[in-house]
Amino acid sequence: MGVHVRSTVNGDAVEFTCPEDEVLLDVLRNRLGLTGAKEGCGTGDCGACSVILDGRLVCSCLVLGAEMDGKVVETIEGMADGAKLHPLQQHFIDGAALQCGVCTPGFLMAADALLRKNPDPTEEEIRFGLAGNLCRCTGYDKIVRAVQAAAKEMRG
Amino acid sequence: MKPLAHVGKALAHDSAALHVSGAAVYIDDIAEIEGTLHVAPGFAKEGAKGKILSINLAAAQAAEGVVAVLTAQDIPGKNDCSPVAGDDPIFANGKIEFHGQVIFAVVAKTRDAARRAARLAVIEIEKQKPDVTVADALASNGDLLPPYAFTSKGVVAALKNSTHRHAGQLKIGGQEQFYLEGQVAYAIPQEKGGMFVHSSTQHPTEIQHCVAAMLGIDDAQVICQCRRMGGAFGGKESQAAQWAAIAALAAHITGHPVKCRLDRDDDMMLTGKRHDFEATYEVGLDKSLRIAAVDVLLAARCGYSADLSAAICDRTMFHADNAYFYPQYKIATRRLKTNTISNTAFRGFGGPQGMVFAEAMMESIAIQHGCDALELRKKNLYTKQRNTTPYGQKIDEHLVGKIMATLEKTSSYQKRRKDNAKFNAKSSILKKGLALTPVKFGISFTNTMMNQAGALVHVYGDGSVHLNHGGTEMGQGLYQKVAQVVAEVFGIGVDKITITATRTDKVPNTSPTAASSGSDLNGMAARNAAMAIKARMAEVAGRQHGVHPSKVTFWDGQVSAKTKSSSFAALATACKGARVSLSATGYYSTPAIHWDRATGRGHPFFYFAYGASCSEVLVDTLTGEMKVSRVDILHDVGHSLNPAIDIGQIEGGFVQGMGWVTTEELVFDAEGRLRTHAPSTYKIPCASDVPEDFRVALYESKGNKADTIYRSKAVGEPPLMLPISVWCAVMNAIASLKPGTVPKLDAPATPEAIMRAVKSLGVK
Ligand code: FES
Ligand code: FES
Repeated sequence: MGVHVRSTVNGDAVEFTCPEDEVLLDVLRNRLGLTGAKEGCGTGDCGACSVILDGRLVCSCLVLGAEMDGKVVETIEGMADGAKLHPLQQHFIDGAALQCGVCTPGFLMAADALLRKNPDPTEEEIRFGLAGNLCRCTGYDKIVRAVQAAAKEMRG
Repeated sequence: MKPLAHVGKALAHDSAALHVSGAAVYIDDIAEIEGTLHVAPGFAKEGAKGKILSINLAAAQAAEGVVAVLTAQDIPGKNDCSPVAGDDPIFANGKIEFHGQVIFAVVAKTRDAARRAARLAVIEIEKQKPDVTVADALASNGDLLPPYAFTSKGVVAALKNSTHRHAGQLKIGGQEQFYLEGQVAYAIPQEKGGMFVHSSTQHPTEIQHCVAAMLGIDDAQVICQCRRMGGAFGGKESQAAQWAAIAALAAHITGHPVKCRLDRDDDMMLTGKRHDFEATYEVGLDKSLRIAAVDVLLAARCGYSADLSAAICDRTMFHADNAYFYPQYKIATRRLKTNTISNTAFRGFGGPQGMVFAEAMMESIAIQHGCDALELRKKNLYTKQRNTTPYGQKIDEHLVGKIMATLEKTSSYQKRRKDNAKFNAKSSILKKGLALTPVKFGISFTNTMMNQAGALVHVYGDGSVHLNHGGTEMGQGLYQKVAQVVAEVFGIGVDKITITATRTDKVPNTSPTAASSGSDLNGMAARNAAMAIKARMAEVAGRQHGVHPSKVTFWDGQVSAKTKSSSFAALATACKGARVSLSATGYYSTPAIHWDRATGRGHPFFYFAYGASCSEVLVDTLTGEMKVSRVDILHDVGHSLNPAIDIGQIEGGFVQGMGWVTTEELVFDAEGRLRTHAPSTYKIPCASDVPEDFRVALYESKGNKADTIYRSKAVGEPPLMLPISVWCAVMNAIASLKPGTVPKLDAPATPEAIMRAVKSLGVK
């Protein structure tokens, strides 16, 4: 039993069969070996599992693996362009916007999704845009600053 | 003296590049070995206290994918995972003492199968009424540990004779650590009955010992490794042991590698939290409002077992003075047994609760007397003459007054206080509040024995360096700081140093990474190891160039003597050729500390870390809604080992502490069930809750007076107490409704607590 799924993950075609109740997070982590997305809560409250599904930011713990059939999935592992880091990644490093790092992939996904929709967000828009992602270590200030700096760089 | 090349630089966290790529491996990310099984804990759905009448595991056993079901009877050795007292069974046997106490575990092919099967157990408990709150425990006289107090001889008389007296009560809430990576362990059976355990733990040595005792084998047969944790905050000091033990037992019994990773709800229900307290106090003041005597009882909810409560409640007492001189005092504690999860370490380790009492007392006195709370605080600080703490240690570094004075200016405290008064006079519902509070936090484990650390350093023939020490990395940047120290000693780039996972077979008999001691202890130990190797290398270089070894310098990847120089790598090769060992262990134990608990006197802290913060809030006194509008922080880290990391600790600690005093509320029902066991019901701060105007600066220090690693100061815990100013600002705002009357505000100042405080004033 199971569903047959064909999808594109970080630009690569993937194909597998999984039980119909298996969540996208488990598919990514356990089937595809993409462990960048983390399970912080499993209930859609922490954002550690954030990925981008057909251009939309989702909590992969709340999406079924079956739902990625025919869709495009982007995860943290595909964010850099080869060896060249995405400006968000670079500014998270330069701005010390991480400590334990478990939340970092989720924040980067959420920030990426935000900036695609809104390349020039206000500070408040950034804070509310990232309010679905919990970080217990940093206190958020450096994360917000890093997103501001990356947005500025990306606008050119 | 040459300037430092690496220490003091704001270098990125050693794993930063991995973190932003999702490539940092946490335990749940380790590629699973073929045949890996998963284990999930099981408990009784109902009941918090009582005899276990029956356990029926047949349905769990028969469920799909299940390989084994484990209970206390399956443990070959000791059924205990406690850190000190031997009172935390891995599997409850005969009775349970809190709701969610683990009774069995299910081993299955998948984690999902194990968790589903664990729910199929039918367990009958002969339910008794649980003691849930501090009040319940006080009513049943339930002391878990003996009461303990610091009492001066003249306290009763001093209280009686003081000009002003003020009495108060304060409920202080607990706090869930909410490390984003939950508890996890992965156990892999080894030859000859040994066990290898990956554990997300602050205390690998304790995991090693617990697993060995549980299996009935030697400590030497068990290796515990931890490369990194996804946050810990004290919640993985003693609380990681049970899951490591269960994984190891399952691995031992099935012969397969076994992983135990708690689900978030289970993690919140089954692991300990910050202690809740109730403080009842009376304070006497002289006519100039200087404190003459303080009499306080701090009653703690410890939960069902001792865990680390003895040391935690002691630390509450050590910080019940915060930065203030109490000429006469009785600082008493009760350590109460409740039928709730055993409370445990959490950043600050009891200190925050003592300190929030002291600051609530200050704020209340100021309100009652209609004076500025900052003036009152300054007047009561320790001074050169008034310098003895209630535990006999003399304060010899008087920084906090300077820090407060600087912050008073840079935050425009006086002007904003006046502006707020004007605003509040015009605004009947929205009220502004402002407070500036100090932090003085004692650094050292108060259990003197624990102040020791070890390291292991190798230099290879190509000049690259392997670094290992007993400290664990939980995001605080310890690995990076210690690597900068070792780079400094060898005069080579940090990129030449490979940081390796903390393991009990590399550095034995370690203390937990706790009490903010990580870089103080491990930095010194690693430095000692590196210095030992460097001395041997200098001797070889000295022989080569015909100079005394003391004339050999290590700088910028070069080793120089007189006019000659060679690369560090070439010297390493030469040392190997000359048959000189390039490996060394390093060891460090903190000097000059002692503590005699029986007399309550001593010098338990090597030094103190200081800071202050000024917070402004806006309170809606009709709905209880509250917003922190601006925060200014000035904090002392001595000579910072890495300012980027230190500022990160300050900001993160502040926001975590702000959650503790504002939104994070643990709710247990009368049956002893935790009702706030997920982020949906337990509210930690998110990005939009944090003030946009957040100004953090490091105090310009001349360096730690105590001889610490490069004269730095510990920074892990102290900042957590800075946001006590937020709570005090809320008091200040509410009190503006009725000057002269102290609102009954508890901590955390949730909207409900704020509404109760507003109501307590009886204003329309
Ligand atoms: S794990 Fe998906 S939101 Fe927390
Ligand atoms: S860096 Fe640890 S949770 Fe964000």
